[in-house]
Amino acid sequence: MSHDLIVLGAGPAGANAALAAAGAGLRVVVIDEQPAAGGQVWRAPWAGLVRDDASPERRDGDALRAALAKSSAEVRFGRRVWSVGGAFRVDAIGPDGNEVFEAPRLIAATGAHERVVPFPGWTLPGVIGLAAATVLLKSHGVVPASPVIVAGCGPLLAAVAAGIIKAGGRVAAVVDLAGPDEWLRASPKLLTRPALMAQGLGWVARIAGAGVPILFRHGVREAEGEGRLRTVVVGPVDATGAPTDGRQTRYAVGSLVIGHGLVPGAEVPRLFRAAMRYDRTLGGHVPVLDADGRTSVPGLYAAGDGTGIRGAAVAVETGRLAGLAAAHDGGGLGPERFAALAAPCRAALAHLQAFSVAMAAMMALRPHHVAGITADTVICRCEDVTRAEIEAAADAGATEVNQLKHFTRCGMGPCQGRMCGDVAAEVLAGKTGATRESVGQWTARPPLRPVPMADLMGRFDYADIPIPRPAPL
Amino acid sequence: MDDRNKGFQRLPAGRPGSVSFTVDGQPASAAAGEPLASALAILGYLQLRVSPRDGTPRGAFCFMGVCQECAVHVDGVLRQACLTPVTAGMVVELRGVP
Repeated sequence: MSHDLIVLGAGPAGANAALAAAGAGLRVVVIDEQPAAGGQVWRAPWAGLVRDDASPERRDGDALRAALAKSSAEVRFGRRVWSVGGAFRVDAIGPDGNEVFEAPRLIAATGAHERVVPFPGWTLPGVIGLAAATVLLKSHGVVPASPVIVAGCGPLLAAVAAGIIKAGGRVAAVVDLAGPDEWLRASPKLLTRPALMAQGLGWVARIAGAGVPILFRHGVREAEGEGRLRTVVVGPVDATGAPTDGRQTRYAVGSLVIGHGLVPGAEVPRLFRAAMRYDRTLGGHVPVLDADGRTSVPGLYAAGDGTGIRGAAVAVETGRLAGLAAAHDGGGLGPERFAALAAPCRAALAHLQAFSVAMAAMMALRPHHVAGITADTVICRCEDVTRAEIEAAADAGATEVNQLKHFTRCGMGPCQGRMCGDVAAEVLAGKTGATRESVGQWTARPPLRPVPMADLMGRFDYADIPIPRPAPL
Repeated sequence: MDDRNKGFQRLPAGRPGSVSFTVDGQPASAAAGEPLASALAILGYLQLRVSPRDGTPRGAFCFMGVCQECAVHVDGVLRQACLTPVTAGMVVELRGVP
């Protein structure tokens, strides 16, 4: 075995898992697709971009990157993990071709991806994710085309709108599914982390100071344009996310930035058929874990937003716990030392609970949000599968998402169902009257992400193919 | 061309010198190492491909390697533009864009 522990993902959870396990003496390798640690939330600017950024996310990300650089953990950035098997073998494609890592323990810290509940025109160029906008602002050094509509739900709305304004962009409106009453109800819990509450109020002050309207209890009805986005139509919604009658407003825009919360990226536990459960307030299907991050599969651990949407601060602690648990199980930490090191993580998690639960609730899929998706709206972007086609499959007998996939190709394209999976399952459950548990989740299979065949094969020509000598006649 | 003037913009920041590359044979330039998806958006190339079934226009969507909407040919190999740094002489071909 090349290592004692493989960590997939170098965000707040994975990097802290690697630091904790390496600190306990394990030979650790941490693998990430991005060129530096930090995940999406603490993502570094691209290598050549020099920019003063006093944000807490940049500060925390820089501290994490410095700690990882000083630790004994081996890092493999710019590597795309495409296969995980055995117990455990990881194949990753990078600049040096395919690399193989083997270890008796593996921590999946693969983060989350964004949920965008579809509407007509959401596939137009110029419509981008809310989390995408955070990547543009903090890592790419780019502002989306003005005027911008910032729409969806959760704390990223204000963060992105304020970021665009600060960067010199023009925000036409902030469109929030939540009502002011929801934010008010959440505020006592948000006040348990005063620094974050203050940061949030700073964003709102910047938005208000720029004279940008915030449309509470509104959603995007439609995006229009030939070849690219030109117009966004906004209308009222109720507390369940369903569209309601009322005045609609049309905006001429350069871009639309929209996101409706996050979905846990739990494909590695799924691939191993680890016990899973569905929890709407955690963002979707998540692995069943013990208090230290062990899945039901021996040697397989999981941490961070891939185990339920709880944010970066929680990911730091669950990552550390999983790293310590792997070190303990591998014989690198005695039970007493483990208990001593785990105690502050557990205390921190208890303190973070109220805030992270309140924030996750603002980002959860609303009970009737998908009701507003019109019949001919594409839900699966890769394969252009509409709501009507998903419902026709349900009428034809599909009761579970993998049947839906076979019937319609929904979820079969190159994103492997990551963009459409949560909404497609919700629509199928709604049509059949079944629970989200019973409509299930996509079966995970390698390759976990698309890999160019050229990268797998490397460079060779015909003469390099070994051909055995023909047997004598 | 007015779209290109008020499109995606670079934030004020220090960047490496620019390098030349081509997009569907047209000359283009961007900061060396800049993520290709952003470089293309700044140049006004929002549509990067058409969807395979209905042929509808598509462009970069998630900017974090998940959605695959920004996949373009780079030096003949299909790459996600959001994960690909711009390098000098790079040959970019969009897919099915008229």
